[in-house]
Amino acid sequence: MKITTKLWLGLGTLALLSPIGLYLPEKFKAGDAWGEWDGDKIKEFVGYIPAGFEKLSSLWHAAMPDYAFKGWEEKGLGHLSFAYIVSAVVGIALCVGGAWLLGKLLSGKQ
Amino acid sequence: MHIPDGYLGPITCVAGFAAMAPVWAIASSKVKKTLQAKQVPLLAIGAAFSFVIMMFNVPIPGGTTGHAVGAVLVAILLCPWAATIAVSVALVIQALLFGDGGITAIGANCFNMAFVLPFVGYGIYRIISGNSPVTSVRRVIAAGIGGYIGLVVASLCAGIEFGIQPLLHHTASGQALYCPYGLNIAVPAMVGGHALIFGWVELLVTALVVKFLQIQEPSLLKTELEVVK
Repeated sequence: MKITTKLWLGLGTLALLSPIGLYLPEKFKAGDAWGEWDGDKIKEFVGYIPAGFEKLSSLWHAAMPDYAFKGWEEKGLGHLSFAYIVSAVVGIALCVGGAWLLGKLLSGKQ
Repeated sequence: MHIPDGYLGPITCVAGFAAMAPVWAIASSKVKKTLQAKQVPLLAIGAAFSFVIMMFNVPIPGGTTGHAVGAVLVAILLCPWAATIAVSVALVIQALLFGDGGITAIGANCFNMAFVLPFVGYGIYRIISGNSPVTSVRRVIAAGIGGYIGLVVASLCAGIEFGIQPLLHHTASGQALYCPYGLNIAVPAMVGGHALIFGWVELLVTALVVKFLQIQEPSLLKTELEVVK
């Protein structure tokens, strides 16, 4: 088997295993990453929502926020794991497409 | 380490993009010179690997989460400039489609994870590797330590970017406008988590994949100079 084939298979395996990255923080009640809290959480910590934060934080509405489908926030870990794997596959496909295109554009002009 | 929208004020956001503009330009021209057509799939795999490895959040129980980035690995396989491009692609897609990292903070996040991380990590890797053979244990250790130090230094940069916000932007009464925590809290929080736990994840990921490649396809680990020889 060619090494690149093995690496592609590795990527696929990682996508399937990705819900581990969802499950472990949940299991150990790790909460959000430092500095990635929402406004309510900041208010809980320091007593107010910084004015600039309030304006900027809602600037962008991602299509699949937090690697899930919109409206799935309250669904169980099973549903979220499925959405996480879909996100991994979509993200991998877009990264491959984007980097491939850039690589072709750059390497083709030698 | 994905700084969201709202944590960095306009000065830091603009500075992030201003710092990355020449880096992206140089990376493009370097990659244009050195990347061979047959290496394009590796660049794509590198970007995708970085994307998916960042989804593996590792908890510090009751505290916070973090993850590896895989940037040093891409730097070892191709070159640090190619790693800049691969990880930038992953970060832009994470910000735009998944809301992981703010769009105003893309410059700063790329500076930390797509520039500082691969360059510091790769530099350490090369220093420790010295003239050791491609298949030596020393290379595996060098890759791991490079990954660890690269990630910790990148987290220091993120901590500083968070921590200078209360100094740069606050109301007359002293309330912060963006990130409310100063350097005294942000830097130890960011560096602490990454030095304690997440850096070791980057160390393991980088070292294990290098070990795997030593067995499977050592030619991929040669530097440009070694290829010419």
